[in-house]
Amino acid sequence: MRTSRRDWLKRSASIGLGWTALQSGSAIAQIMESGYLKTFDEMIRPITQGAKLLQQDVRLDAPILADNGSLVPLGVQVASPMTPENYVTHLYLLSQRNPVTQMALFHMGPWNGRAEIHTRLRLAGTQAVVALARLSNGEFRYGQADIIITESACVDAS
Amino acid sequence: MNLARINWPDRIAAGEVVKVRLLIQHPMDTGYLQDLLGKMVPRNVIRVLTCKLGSREVFRVEPSSGVAANPLFEFFVRPTETADMHVEWVDDRGSRGDFKQTMTVIPASTT
Repeated sequence: MRTSRRDWLKRSASIGLGWTALQSGSAIAQIMESGYLKTFDEMIRPITQGAKLLQQDVRLDAPILADNGSLVPLGVQVASPMTPENYVTHLYLLSQRNPVTQMALFHMGPWNGRAEIHTRLRLAGTQAVVALARLSNGEFRYGQADIIITESACVDAS
Repeated sequence: MNLARINWPDRIAAGEVVKVRLLIQHPMDTGYLQDLLGKMVPRNVIRVLTCKLGSREVFRVEPSSGVAANPLFEFFVRPTETADMHVEWVDDRGSRGDFKQTMTVIPASTT
């Protein structure tokens, strides 16, 4: 049987869609949405999933104004005794504007002695950065800092 | 040449909380930028990095493109005895990094 042009188009379209659906798992990180500011809920909800969340105990140590978004130093301190009964299990660094919201995830435990992390971030423009800590009892604590960026990391300067 | 540099205080007493500074040499390409010829550079970031002190995993980080090139991580550990700090990481290209350095700890009884 000779396939009509219409049939062929339909079939190839469905194959194409199926293929994109298969690929979307890995491709989703590449969707660029730098211009779009996420709301706090959109950033937090996928991680906390309705668990208790309080804005306390987390201190962010960040510059108010960073010239270069490609390298922004950030320190996060969580006030936690870090004993086997009460400690921080995970620490998430979330960005409001970056194409990838979750910038880093740290796994921690009582062997760390202190819930403190320093690192260097890459930020796509002026935004709020949220540090979200998951405690061993399943609750969440967060702190946030507004950072002004004069040169975004996502502008192609080359 | 080593791709990792790790640094901690010279004298560490057992049970003391010490700061460890870890610097990895890695481009951390985001996948959004072009090279000089206008071609997109594919994403190449560290997927997961672990630090093992002896047999205990003391630090694990899953960075994304939101971490700057040549990432620096500072964290704290409470070592109780002399052990090897073993740093391992794997990136998007599947290349693995590996670095080992001995952390010397002065036992609590002699101090």
